Amino acid sequence: MAELSPADRHKSHDLGLHAEQLSGRTQQVFFSPEEGDNYTYPEGFDVDFTKKAEIDAAEMDGPQVNLRIRELMGEGYGHIVVKNPLAKHSLGVGILNRLKLDFEGSLGYFGCGLIDGPNVHIQGRVGWSCAENMMAGVVVIEKNAGSTFGAALRGGDLVCKGDVGSRTGIDMKGGTIIVGGRAGAFTGFMMQRGRIVILGDAGINLGDSLYDGTIFVGGTIASLGVDAVPGEITDVEAGWLEKKLATYGLKAPRGVENLTKIVAGKQLWNYDNLEPSEKKIAL
Amino acid sequence: MSDKTGDVDYYLSQSGLDSEREKEIGQHIGYRYDVNLVPDYERLTPFLARYIETMGWPDLNWLEDVHMGYEEGRPAVFDRNINGWVSVPQDLELPDNQQDRDMLARELLVKFQMSPRHPMADLNGAYRKF
Repeated sequence: MAELSPADRHKSHDLGLHAEQLSGRTQQVFFSPEEGDNYTYPEGFDVDFTKKAEIDAAEMDGPQVNLRIRELMGEGYGHIVVKNPLAKHSLGVGILNRLKLDFEGSLGYFGCGLIDGPNVHIQGRVGWSCAENMMAGVVVIEKNAGSTFGAALRGGDLVCKGDVGSRTGIDMKGGTIIVGGRAGAFTGFMMQRGRIVILGDAGINLGDSLYDGTIFVGGTIASLGVDAVPGEITDVEAGWLEKKLATYGLKAPRGVENLTKIVAGKQLWNYDNLEPSEKKIAL
Repeated sequence: MSDKTGDVDYYLSQSGLDSEREKEIGQHIGYRYDVNLVPDYERLTPFLARYIETMGWPDLNWLEDVHMGYEEGRPAVFDRNINGWVSVPQDLELPDNQQDRDMLARELLVKFQMSPRHPMADLNGAYRKF
Protein backbone atom coordinates (compact mmCIF):
# COMPACT_ATOMS: atom_id res chain seq x y z
CA MET A 1 0.00 0.00 0.00
CA ALA A 2 1.39 3.44 -0.94
CA GLU A 3 2.54 5.69 1.86
CA LEU A 4 -0.25 8.02 2.87
CA SER A 5 0.34 11.74 2.81
CA PRO A 6 -0.25 13.56 6.11
CA ALA A 7 -3.34 15.15 4.58
CA ASP A 8 -4.82 11.69 4.12
CA ARG A 9 -4.15 10.66 7.68
CA HIS A 10 -7.30 10.13 9.57
CA LYS A 11 -8.16 8.29 12.74
CA SER A 12 -9.82 5.61 10.61
CA HIS A 13 -6.30 4.75 9.36
CA ASP A 14 -5.19 4.28 12.94
CA LEU A 15 -7.91 1.68 13.26
CA GLY A 16 -6.20 -0.25 10.47
CA LEU A 17 -9.19 -0.08 8.18
CA HIS A 18 -7.20 0.81 5.08
CA ALA A 19 -4.44 -1.75 5.35
CA GLU A 20 -6.01 -4.67 7.15
CA GLN A 21 -5.45 -8.18 5.92
CA LEU A 22 -8.81 -9.70 5.14
CA SER A 23 -8.08 -12.97 6.86
CA GLY A 24 -9.18 -14.40 10.15
CA ARG A 25 -12.35 -13.52 11.95
CA THR A 26 -11.36 -13.21 15.57
CA GLN A 27 -10.78 -9.59 16.47
CA GLN A 28 -9.35 -10.24 19.94
CA VAL A 29 -11.83 -7.83 21.43
CA PHE A 30 -13.05 -8.61 24.94
CA PHE A 31 -16.15 -7.43 26.73
CA SER A 32 -15.40 -5.11 29.59
CA PRO A 33 -17.06 -5.99 32.89
CA GLU A 34 -17.06 -2.27 33.76
CA GLU A 35 -19.26 -1.34 30.79
CA GLY A 36 -22.11 0.95 31.81
CA ASP A 37 -25.82 0.21 31.48
CA ASN A 38 -26.24 1.79 28.05
CA TYR A 39 -29.49 1.25 26.16
CA THR A 40 -29.12 3.37 23.03
CA TYR A 41 -26.36 4.18 20.54
CA PRO A 42 -24.11 7.01 21.76
CA GLU A 43 -24.75 9.00 18.57
CA GLY A 44 -28.52 8.44 18.64
CA PHE A 45 -31.13 11.14 19.16
CA ASP A 46 -32.58 11.46 22.65
CA VAL A 47 -36.30 11.22 21.94
CA ASP A 48 -39.42 11.13 24.09
CA PHE A 49 -42.23 8.73 23.04
CA THR A 50 -44.83 11.09 24.52
CA LYS A 51 -43.71 13.98 22.31
CA LYS A 52 -45.75 13.69 19.11
CA ALA A 53 -45.47 15.43 15.71
CA GLU A 54 -47.22 15.09 12.34
CA ILE A 55 -45.94 15.37 8.78
CA ASP A 56 -48.28 15.86 5.82
CA ALA A 57 -46.40 14.17 2.98
CA ALA A 58 -48.90 15.06 0.24
CA GLU A 59 -46.72 17.76 -1.33
CA MET A 60 -43.32 16.35 -0.31
CA ASP A 61 -41.04 13.85 -2.07
CA GLY A 62 -39.46 10.86 -0.33
CA PRO A 63 -36.12 12.43 0.69
CA GLN A 64 -37.92 15.49 2.07
CA VAL A 65 -40.12 13.30 4.26
CA ASN A 66 -37.12 11.30 5.49
CA LEU A 67 -35.13 14.45 6.31
CA ARG A 68 -38.12 15.91 8.15
CA ILE A 69 -38.36 12.73 10.25
CA ARG A 70 -34.67 13.13 11.12
CA GLU A 71 -35.15 16.80 12.04
CA LEU A 72 -38.04 15.95 14.31
CA MET A 73 -36.02 13.24 16.05
CA GLY A 74 -33.28 15.83 16.54
CA GLU A 75 -35.88 18.02 18.27
CA GLY A 76 -36.73 15.15 20.62
CA TYR A 77 -39.97 13.93 19.03
CA GLY A 78 -40.38 10.24 19.73
CA HIS A 79 -43.75 9.72 18.04
CA ILE A 80 -44.12 10.84 14.44
CA VAL A 81 -47.25 10.42 12.29
CA VAL A 82 -46.89 10.67 8.50
CA LYS A 83 -50.17 11.57 6.81
CA ASN A 84 -50.77 11.07 3.08
CA PRO A 85 -47.71 8.95 2.23
CA LEU A 86 -49.49 8.24 -1.10
CA ALA A 87 -47.40 5.11 -1.85
CA LYS A 88 -44.23 7.12 -2.34
CA HIS A 89 -41.04 5.08 -2.50
CA SER A 90 -38.29 4.69 0.11
CA LEU A 91 -40.14 6.37 2.94
CA GLY A 92 -38.93 5.88 6.51
CA VAL A 93 -35.51 4.50 5.56
CA GLY A 94 -32.26 4.60 7.51
CA ILE A 95 -33.73 5.35 10.93
CA LEU A 96 -31.17 4.19 13.51
CA ASN A 97 -33.07 5.28 16.59
CA ARG A 98 -35.84 4.39 18.98
CA LEU A 99 -39.00 5.95 17.58
CA LYS A 100 -42.72 5.38 17.12
CA LEU A 101 -43.51 6.02 13.47
CA ASP A 102 -47.02 5.74 12.01
CA PHE A 103 -47.88 5.92 8.31
CA GLU A 104 -51.53 6.75 7.67
CA GLY A 105 -51.71 5.16 4.22
CA SER A 106 -49.63 2.97 1.90
CA LEU A 107 -45.92 2.94 1.02
CA GLY A 108 -44.26 2.29 -2.34
CA TYR A 109 -41.16 0.15 -2.75
CA PHE A 110 -38.22 -0.11 -0.31
CA GLY A 111 -40.22 1.42 2.53
CA CYS A 112 -38.61 1.36 5.99
CA GLY A 113 -35.37 -0.18 4.67
CA LEU A 114 -32.10 -0.18 6.62
CA ILE A 115 -33.73 0.67 9.92
CA ASP A 116 -32.29 -0.12 13.33
CA GLY A 117 -34.72 0.34 16.19
CA PRO A 118 -38.02 2.07 15.37
CA ASN A 119 -41.54 0.76 15.88
CA VAL A 120 -43.34 1.37 12.61
CA HIS A 121 -47.03 0.94 11.92
CA ILE A 122 -48.38 1.15 8.36
CA GLN A 123 -52.13 1.37 7.92
CA GLY A 124 -52.16 0.48 4.23
CA ARG A 125 -50.13 -1.70 1.84
CA VAL A 126 -46.42 -1.76 0.97
CA GLY A 127 -44.57 -2.35 -2.31
CA TRP A 128 -41.47 -4.44 -3.03
CA SER A 129 -38.72 -5.00 -0.50
CA CYS A 130 -40.35 -3.49 2.54
CA ALA A 131 -37.91 -3.37 5.48
CA GLU A 132 -35.03 -4.79 3.45
CA ASN A 133 -31.86 -5.04 5.51
CA MET A 134 -33.72 -4.13 8.69
CA MET A 135 -31.41 -4.56 11.68
CA ALA A 136 -33.81 -4.13 14.61
CA GLY A 137 -37.24 -2.77 15.42
CA VAL A 138 -40.83 -3.64 14.58
CA VAL A 139 -42.70 -3.02 11.32
CA VAL A 140 -46.40 -3.91 11.19
CA ILE A 141 -48.39 -3.65 7.95
CA GLU A 142 -52.16 -3.90 8.20
CA LYS A 143 -52.83 -4.93 4.58
CA ASN A 144 -50.82 -6.70 1.84
CA ALA A 145 -47.14 -6.53 0.81
CA GLY A 146 -45.31 -6.93 -2.51
CA SER A 147 -42.39 -9.18 -3.46
CA THR A 148 -39.12 -9.65 -1.58
CA PHE A 149 -40.78 -8.62 1.65
CA GLY A 150 -38.04 -8.41 4.32
CA ALA A 151 -35.22 -9.09 1.85
CA ALA A 152 -31.91 -9.64 3.65
CA LEU A 153 -33.56 -8.99 6.99
CA ARG A 154 -30.99 -9.04 9.82
CA GLY A 155 -33.14 -8.67 12.91
CA GLY A 156 -36.39 -7.43 14.38
CA ASP A 157 -40.03 -8.29 13.73
CA LEU A 158 -41.65 -7.70 10.34
CA VAL A 159 -45.36 -8.39 10.30
CA CYS A 160 -47.79 -8.31 7.37
CA LYS A 161 -51.35 -9.05 8.40
CA GLY A 162 -52.43 -9.70 4.79
CA ASP A 163 -50.79 -11.60 1.90
CA VAL A 164 -47.19 -11.20 0.70
CA GLY A 165 -45.61 -11.70 -2.73
CA SER A 166 -42.85 -14.00 -3.89
CA ARG A 167 -39.35 -14.38 -2.42
CA THR A 168 -40.38 -13.16 1.00
CA GLY A 169 -37.39 -13.27 3.35
CA ILE A 170 -34.92 -13.88 0.53
CA ASP A 171 -31.39 -14.07 1.96
CA MET A 172 -32.57 -13.22 5.45
CA LYS A 173 -29.90 -13.58 8.12
CA GLY A 174 -31.98 -13.08 11.24
CA GLY A 175 -35.19 -11.64 12.60
CA THR A 176 -38.78 -12.79 12.34
CA ILE A 177 -41.20 -12.37 9.44
CA ILE A 178 -44.86 -13.05 10.21
CA VAL A 179 -47.46 -13.29 7.45
CA GLY A 180 -51.10 -13.34 8.48
CA GLY A 181 -52.30 -14.51 5.05
CA ARG A 182 -50.65 -16.31 2.14
CA ALA A 183 -47.04 -16.14 0.92
CA GLY A 184 -45.87 -16.38 -2.71
CA ALA A 185 -43.35 -18.61 -4.46
CA PHE A 186 -39.78 -19.07 -3.20
CA THR A 187 -40.51 -17.76 0.28
CA GLY A 188 -37.36 -18.13 2.41
CA PHE A 189 -35.14 -18.45 -0.69
CA MET A 190 -31.48 -18.72 0.40
CA MET A 191 -32.47 -17.97 3.97
CA GLN A 192 -29.52 -18.30 6.35
CA ARG A 193 -31.11 -17.86 9.76
CA GLY A 194 -34.14 -16.30 11.42
CA ARG A 195 -37.78 -17.33 11.44
CA ILE A 196 -40.67 -17.02 8.98
CA VAL A 197 -44.21 -17.72 10.17
CA ILE A 198 -46.92 -18.02 7.50
CA LEU A 199 -50.41 -18.50 8.87
CA GLY A 200 -51.99 -19.12 5.45
CA ASP A 201 -50.79 -21.11 2.44
CA ALA A 202 -47.25 -21.04 1.04
CA GLY A 203 -46.42 -21.01 -2.69
CA ILE A 204 -44.09 -23.27 -4.64
CA ASN A 205 -40.44 -23.90 -3.71
CA LEU A 206 -40.76 -22.88 -0.09
CA GLY A 207 -37.35 -22.53 1.56
CA ASP A 208 -35.38 -23.18 -1.62
CA SER A 209 -31.62 -23.45 -0.91
CA LEU A 210 -32.27 -22.86 2.77
CA TYR A 211 -28.95 -22.80 4.65
CA ASP A 212 -30.42 -22.49 8.14
CA GLY A 213 -33.35 -20.87 9.94
CA THR A 214 -36.90 -22.04 10.47
CA ILE A 215 -40.17 -21.65 8.55
CA PHE A 216 -43.58 -22.36 10.10
CA VAL A 217 -46.67 -22.72 7.90
CA GLY A 218 -50.30 -22.82 9.02
CA GLY A 219 -51.92 -23.66 5.66
CA THR A 220 -50.88 -25.84 2.75
CA ILE A 221 -47.44 -25.82 1.09
CA ALA A 222 -47.52 -25.96 -2.73
CA SER A 223 -44.04 -27.51 -2.81
CA LEU A 224 -40.74 -27.45 -0.94
CA GLY A 225 -37.57 -26.11 -2.51
CA VAL A 226 -34.12 -27.70 -2.66
CA ASP A 227 -32.86 -28.88 0.73
CA ALA A 228 -35.96 -27.77 2.67
CA VAL A 229 -37.27 -30.58 4.88
CA PRO A 230 -39.92 -30.95 7.59
CA GLY A 231 -38.89 -30.63 11.24
CA GLU A 232 -40.52 -31.05 14.64
CA ILE A 233 -41.74 -28.15 16.78
CA THR A 234 -40.16 -28.11 20.24
CA ASP A 235 -41.94 -27.00 23.42
CA VAL A 236 -39.83 -23.83 23.61
CA GLU A 237 -40.74 -23.01 20.00
CA ALA A 238 -44.45 -23.60 20.65
CA GLY A 239 -44.36 -21.22 23.62
CA TRP A 240 -42.40 -18.67 21.62
CA LEU A 241 -44.85 -18.88 18.67
CA GLU A 242 -47.87 -18.48 20.94
CA LYS A 243 -46.37 -15.39 22.59
CA LYS A 244 -45.12 -13.85 19.34
CA LEU A 245 -48.40 -14.25 17.45
CA ALA A 246 -50.45 -12.94 20.38
CA THR A 247 -48.23 -9.85 20.48
CA TYR A 248 -49.51 -8.89 17.04
CA GLY A 249 -53.10 -10.02 17.53
CA LEU A 250 -52.66 -13.10 15.35
CA LYS A 251 -53.47 -16.73 15.90
CA ALA A 252 -52.43 -19.96 14.19
CA PRO A 253 -55.49 -21.36 12.34
CA ARG A 254 -55.25 -24.81 13.98
CA GLY A 255 -53.05 -23.96 16.96
CA VAL A 256 -49.28 -23.48 17.01
CA GLU A 257 -48.67 -27.17 17.63
CA ASN A 258 -50.22 -27.92 14.23
CA LEU A 259 -48.03 -25.55 12.25
CA THR A 260 -45.76 -27.30 9.76
CA LYS A 261 -42.12 -26.63 10.55
CA ILE A 262 -39.56 -26.51 7.73
CA VAL A 263 -35.80 -26.53 8.29
CA ALA A 264 -32.64 -26.99 6.23
CA GLY A 265 -31.73 -30.53 5.22
CA LYS A 266 -28.10 -29.31 5.31
CA GLN A 267 -27.20 -31.35 2.22
CA LEU A 268 -25.96 -28.17 0.55
CA TRP A 269 -23.57 -27.43 3.43
CA ASN A 270 -21.14 -29.94 1.96
CA TYR A 271 -22.01 -29.37 -1.67
CA ASP A 272 -18.40 -29.27 -2.91
CA ASN A 273 -17.74 -32.63 -1.33
CA LEU A 274 -20.67 -34.43 -2.94
CA GLU A 275 -20.31 -36.92 -5.76
CA PRO A 276 -21.99 -35.85 -9.04
CA SER A 277 -24.81 -38.34 -8.47
CA GLU A 278 -25.36 -36.94 -4.97
CA LYS A 279 -25.46 -33.38 -6.33
CA LYS A 280 -28.28 -34.42 -8.65
CA ILE A 281 -30.23 -35.70 -5.65
CA ALA A 282 -29.54 -32.55 -3.63
CA LEU A 283 -30.71 -30.34 -6.46
CA MET B 1 -27.77 -27.14 23.23
CA SER B 2 -24.49 -26.20 21.69
CA ASP B 3 -24.46 -29.26 19.52
CA LYS B 4 -26.19 -32.51 18.78
CA THR B 5 -24.49 -34.33 21.67
CA GLY B 6 -26.30 -32.16 24.22
CA ASP B 7 -23.06 -31.08 25.90
CA VAL B 8 -23.26 -27.33 26.52
CA ASP B 9 -19.45 -27.13 26.72
CA TYR B 10 -18.85 -29.19 23.58
CA TYR B 11 -17.14 -26.41 21.61
CA LEU B 12 -15.09 -25.36 24.62
CA SER B 13 -13.66 -28.81 25.13
CA GLN B 14 -13.62 -30.19 21.55
CA SER B 15 -12.34 -28.91 18.21
CA GLY B 16 -15.73 -29.39 16.56
CA LEU B 17 -14.14 -31.12 13.59
CA ASP B 18 -16.46 -34.10 13.45
CA SER B 19 -17.20 -34.96 9.84
CA GLU B 20 -14.66 -36.25 7.33
CA ARG B 21 -14.98 -33.03 5.38
CA GLU B 22 -14.31 -30.92 8.48
CA LYS B 23 -11.24 -32.98 9.31
CA GLU B 24 -10.06 -32.68 5.71
CA ILE B 25 -10.27 -28.89 5.56
CA GLY B 26 -9.44 -28.35 9.24
CA GLN B 27 -12.41 -26.07 9.71
CA HIS B 28 -15.78 -26.47 11.37
CA ILE B 29 -18.73 -26.26 8.95
CA GLY B 30 -21.82 -24.41 10.07
CA TYR B 31 -22.54 -22.52 13.27
CA ARG B 32 -21.01 -23.48 16.62
CA TYR B 33 -24.31 -23.06 18.38
CA ASP B 34 -27.96 -23.65 17.60
CA VAL B 35 -28.99 -20.56 15.65
CA ASN B 36 -32.59 -21.74 15.71
CA LEU B 37 -32.88 -21.82 19.49
CA VAL B 38 -35.59 -19.32 20.44
CA PRO B 39 -35.33 -17.56 23.81
CA ASP B 40 -37.01 -18.76 26.96
CA TYR B 41 -38.50 -15.54 28.33
CA GLU B 42 -38.66 -17.01 31.83
CA ARG B 43 -34.90 -16.39 31.94
CA LEU B 44 -34.96 -12.73 30.91
CA THR B 45 -32.50 -10.64 32.97
CA PRO B 46 -33.51 -7.30 34.61
CA PHE B 47 -31.10 -5.40 32.33
CA LEU B 48 -32.68 -6.89 29.19
CA ALA B 49 -36.18 -6.13 30.51
CA ARG B 50 -35.18 -2.47 30.93
CA TYR B 51 -33.61 -2.43 27.45
CA ILE B 52 -36.82 -3.76 25.87
CA GLU B 53 -38.87 -1.15 27.74
CA THR B 54 -36.54 1.65 26.66
CA MET B 55 -36.81 0.66 23.03
CA GLY B 56 -40.59 0.24 23.22
CA TRP B 57 -40.50 -3.33 21.88
CA PRO B 58 -42.77 -6.15 23.00
CA ASP B 59 -39.91 -8.64 23.34
CA LEU B 60 -36.17 -9.16 22.76
CA ASN B 61 -36.53 -8.24 19.07
CA TRP B 62 -33.12 -8.48 17.31
CA LEU B 63 -31.57 -10.03 20.39
CA GLU B 64 -33.56 -13.20 19.72
CA ASP B 65 -30.83 -13.97 17.19
CA VAL B 66 -27.96 -13.39 19.60
CA HIS B 67 -26.45 -16.48 21.21
CA MET B 68 -23.37 -17.39 23.17
CA GLY B 69 -21.02 -18.86 20.59
CA TYR B 70 -17.58 -20.35 20.79
CA GLU B 71 -14.59 -19.12 18.83
CA GLU B 72 -11.11 -20.61 19.05
CA GLY B 73 -12.08 -22.50 22.19
CA ARG B 74 -13.33 -19.39 23.99
CA PRO B 75 -16.88 -18.32 24.73
CA ALA B 76 -17.66 -15.35 22.50
CA VAL B 77 -20.53 -13.39 21.01
CA PHE B 78 -20.73 -12.43 17.34
CA ASP B 79 -21.11 -8.69 16.93
CA ARG B 80 -22.69 -8.02 13.53
CA ASN B 81 -21.73 -4.34 13.72
CA ILE B 82 -18.02 -5.17 13.60
CA ASN B 83 -18.42 -8.48 11.79
CA GLY B 84 -16.36 -10.28 14.38
CA TRP B 85 -16.39 -12.22 17.62
CA VAL B 86 -16.12 -10.47 20.94
CA SER B 87 -14.73 -12.74 23.64
CA VAL B 88 -16.21 -13.20 27.06
CA PRO B 89 -13.67 -12.42 29.85
CA GLN B 90 -12.07 -15.64 31.07
CA ASP B 91 -12.91 -14.98 34.71
CA LEU B 92 -16.64 -14.72 34.00
CA GLU B 93 -18.41 -17.86 35.15
CA LEU B 94 -20.73 -19.29 32.52
CA PRO B 95 -24.19 -20.65 33.39
CA ASP B 96 -24.65 -24.39 32.92
CA ASN B 97 -27.26 -24.14 30.16
CA GLN B 98 -27.44 -22.50 26.76
CA GLN B 99 -30.58 -20.43 27.44
CA ASP B 100 -28.96 -18.58 30.37
CA ARG B 101 -25.72 -18.26 28.41
CA ASP B 102 -27.68 -16.66 25.58
CA MET B 103 -29.24 -14.13 27.96
CA LEU B 104 -25.76 -13.29 29.28
CA ALA B 105 -24.50 -12.93 25.69
CA ARG B 106 -27.36 -10.52 24.87
CA GLU B 107 -26.64 -8.38 27.89
CA LEU B 108 -22.91 -8.21 27.18
CA LEU B 109 -23.50 -7.37 23.52
CA VAL B 110 -26.02 -4.57 24.16
CA LYS B 111 -23.71 -2.93 26.71
CA PHE B 112 -20.78 -3.18 24.31
CA GLN B 113 -22.63 -1.95 21.22
CA MET B 114 -24.10 1.04 23.01
CA SER B 115 -20.78 1.97 24.59
CA PRO B 116 -18.63 4.88 23.35
CA ARG B 117 -15.68 2.45 23.19
CA HIS B 118 -17.37 0.36 20.49
CA PRO B 119 -15.49 0.59 17.14
CA MET B 120 -18.67 1.85 15.46
CA ALA B 121 -18.41 5.06 17.48
CA ASP B 122 -15.10 5.84 15.75
CA LEU B 123 -16.44 4.80 12.36
CA ASN B 124 -19.48 6.97 12.87
CA GLY B 125 -17.29 9.97 13.62
CA ALA B 126 -15.06 9.28 10.64
CA TYR B 127 -17.57 8.49 7.93
CA ARG B 128 -21.01 9.82 8.87
CA LYS B 129 -22.17 12.18 6.15
CA PHE B 130 -25.17 13.80 7.77
